[in-house]
Amino acid sequence: MLWKEILIRYGELTTKGRNRKDFIQQLKRNIKYIFSDLGSLTIRAERDRMHIELNNEEQFEVLMEKLPRVFGIQSFSPVAICEKDMGSIQQLAQKIMDRYKDQQITFKVEVHRSDKSFPYQTYDIQKAVGGYLLKNNPNLSVDVKNPDVELRVEIRKEAAYLMSEVIYGAGGMPVGSNGKTLLLLSGGIDSPVAGYLMMKRGVRIDAIHFYSPPYTSEQSLQKVKDLANELTKFGSTIRLHVIPFTELQVLIKDTVPPEMLMTTTRRIMMKIADKVREEIGALALVTGESLGQVASQTLESLTAINAVTNTPILRPLISFDKLEIIKIAQQIGTYEISIKPYEDCCTIFTPANPKTKPKIERVVHFESQTDFDEYIERAVKNREIYTFPEKQQTADKFKHLL
Amino acid sequence: MMIYFDNSATTQPHEEVLQTFIEVNKNYYANPASIHSFGVEVNELLDAARGQIAGILKTNKEHVLFTSGGTESNNFAIFGVAKANKHIGKHIITTEIEHASVLEAYKALAKEGYEVDYLSVNKNGVISLDELREKLRKDTVLVTIMHVNNEMGAIQPIEEAAKLIHQHSRAVFHVDAVQSFGKLEVQFKGEAGPDIITISGHKIHGLKGTGVIAFRRKLNIEPFIVGGGQEFGLRSGTVAVPQAVALAKACRIAVEHLQENQAKFKKWRDDLIDFLTAFGNHIYILSSKEGAPHILSFSVRDIKGEVVINALQKRGAIVSTSSACSSRQKKTSHVVEALKVDPHFKEGVIRISFGAKNTDEEIEQFKAIFKEVMNELKGV
Repeated sequence: MLWKEILIRYGELTTKGRNRKDFIQQLKRNIKYIFSDLGSLTIRAERDRMHIELNNEEQFEVLMEKLPRVFGIQSFSPVAICEKDMGSIQQLAQKIMDRYKDQQITFKVEVHRSDKSFPYQTYDIQKAVGGYLLKNNPNLSVDVKNPDVELRVEIRKEAAYLMSEVIYGAGGMPVGSNGKTLLLLSGGIDSPVAGYLMMKRGVRIDAIHFYSPPYTSEQSLQKVKDLANELTKFGSTIRLHVIPFTELQVLIKDTVPPEMLMTTTRRIMMKIADKVREEIGALALVTGESLGQVASQTLESLTAINAVTNTPILRPLISFDKLEIIKIAQQIGTYEISIKPYEDCCTIFTPANPKTKPKIERVVHFESQTDFDEYIERAVKNREIYTFPEKQQTADKFKHLL
Repeated sequence: MMIYFDNSATTQPHEEVLQTFIEVNKNYYANPASIHSFGVEVNELLDAARGQIAGILKTNKEHVLFTSGGTESNNFAIFGVAKANKHIGKHIITTEIEHASVLEAYKALAKEGYEVDYLSVNKNGVISLDELREKLRKDTVLVTIMHVNNEMGAIQPIEEAAKLIHQHSRAVFHVDAVQSFGKLEVQFKGEAGPDIITISGHKIHGLKGTGVIAFRRKLNIEPFIVGGGQEFGLRSGTVAVPQAVALAKACRIAVEHLQENQAKFKKWRDDLIDFLTAFGNHIYILSSKEGAPHILSFSVRDIKGEVVINALQKRGAIVSTSSACSSRQKKTSHVVEALKVDPHFKEGVIRISFGAKNTDEEIEQFKAIFKEVMNELKGV
């Protein structure tokens, strides 16, 4: 096996003064968690980079496939290691460049010599390695300004480290390094993207979903579970709180005028979400709202909905176009799940003409005629909680058949 | 008493597999595409079966599709890939010794204007990597190579072929693993392995009418059956969940017992090769000790295969001519032709193929029976 370890360069977190150690530890924990299937990985976390030791091909392949999704990583490189003598370094350099032998390419050798006891100077190493490669590989030529391949040689105390590829990571900060929030997850395209963007900023999320059987089907719930599960690929477990919403939704329909229905429904949802948030100790709510996209997402509507709580409501998509959102959804793999055609609770009981500019006083006036609190308490209390990634429950149920 | 040595034609289903088939039919008969909870539950079961096979083959479960068997899977792979990629090229490559479900598909494509190259094999039935390298072109869109030959057990160098194909072309590499699954390691291995694997249930003590086509990654492939969009839109028709779950179980059992069966088959095969070699020039052995352990093909000089089969059958041993599919046709098998077998032995190729249910005693009994037969037919 050519590659002996993977070198990880941190993203933005390098700039975070005192918290840096916590960030690094969080990233290490996340990587251990994401790759727990691979057996225990040996990870060395240093101040400005991290090393994952490779024990077999499978580990290498899985890491190469999934590391680009892990937040907190600026870039990473597979690394080959050899003893610190010129002959070994030249041979290893040749092995690495062998992988390009069918192409005409330009290259340069970049040397970092942190072990000053190594008998050759940086420039000598460049010359010795570059010269050796040029002599043995007619397809190579040198371009120091804009090479196709930059072969990096690092001479450190323990050994010589060689790498030729820099793969960009997802950037952002390690999930869990910036506290916890509660995401309102509908099953549509936007809310999972909002969740993803928050996770990218290092935020851990719980999700809340409003479920209205029989108006919405079990498959619409399954879709939301699949979305929650998909988001766990970015590096943490996600708990999904499913709120039984039928009773309240029917009650709202029977008590407020049709044009207010949407606003009141949203306000009640927000109240419930805020209660759940308090219980789980999250600091903010997250929604997939994008300004002007639908009636409930005008500034007036957002204000009316927002009025039920002082908790910060984070709206990472507020200025995004629909097409931009779709693009991200496709990249993160939630789009295909989101577009499955099942009703969610926002698309039932929709009035013909919802107010796009609801007046708070009127909304409050109509709501004050019914006592929703008791229903809200019950909905919060009777919620079902699922944890993702799902432990093998279904497989166990069918085990004897399989 | 019957000694069943025709397991490469088909096998007896495992009792556990039949149990699963019956129970799923009884208790999980809803349509997995239905939106009621019963349908959802059945869909979960289907998903678990898919996941189990995906795990064995080392791919994602959305890349595993259930089919009606090896022939459909092979047809699907070949027509699906060739047609979806014709804008890239219409050059396709396979070997001379493929199963009919591959060769006939290639012939059909040739009629539609595709350019087909056939790889020849040596006397052990193995392709030449040099020839493969030479035949790969920029416009090659598909290469099909069987992992283990069904008529005589030759094993093809899949890893080396995969590396060549992926390095020197944009072709999709399809491996027909119908005869190898459960006997040798069959799985996706990135660039060092296939892009498509096809397997069949009834060769591994599963049910007839069950099979899988699996992809390494998302491929450009045309749907095989159109309709309601089942199986990710690629193979419509209500999914036969009981068959799918039964297949998942048969696959698991096959893989769990792979080492043990492999060792057993190898011991028997090597033993029988030595036994047959002792008949000197009366017998020509097509299989080698390097081939797949469960298949042993040989021929008795100047005696038609059918005659040997009848003589063995009379004494309780079931074997077949080289391949069950082609055994009813009169002409010499294309595999025997490709191997350039001596005319004295061409007509008489018979195949012994072992399964998980065979025993040591049966091997000894077979030897005794075969001695009698040779005495009757050849007077030796």
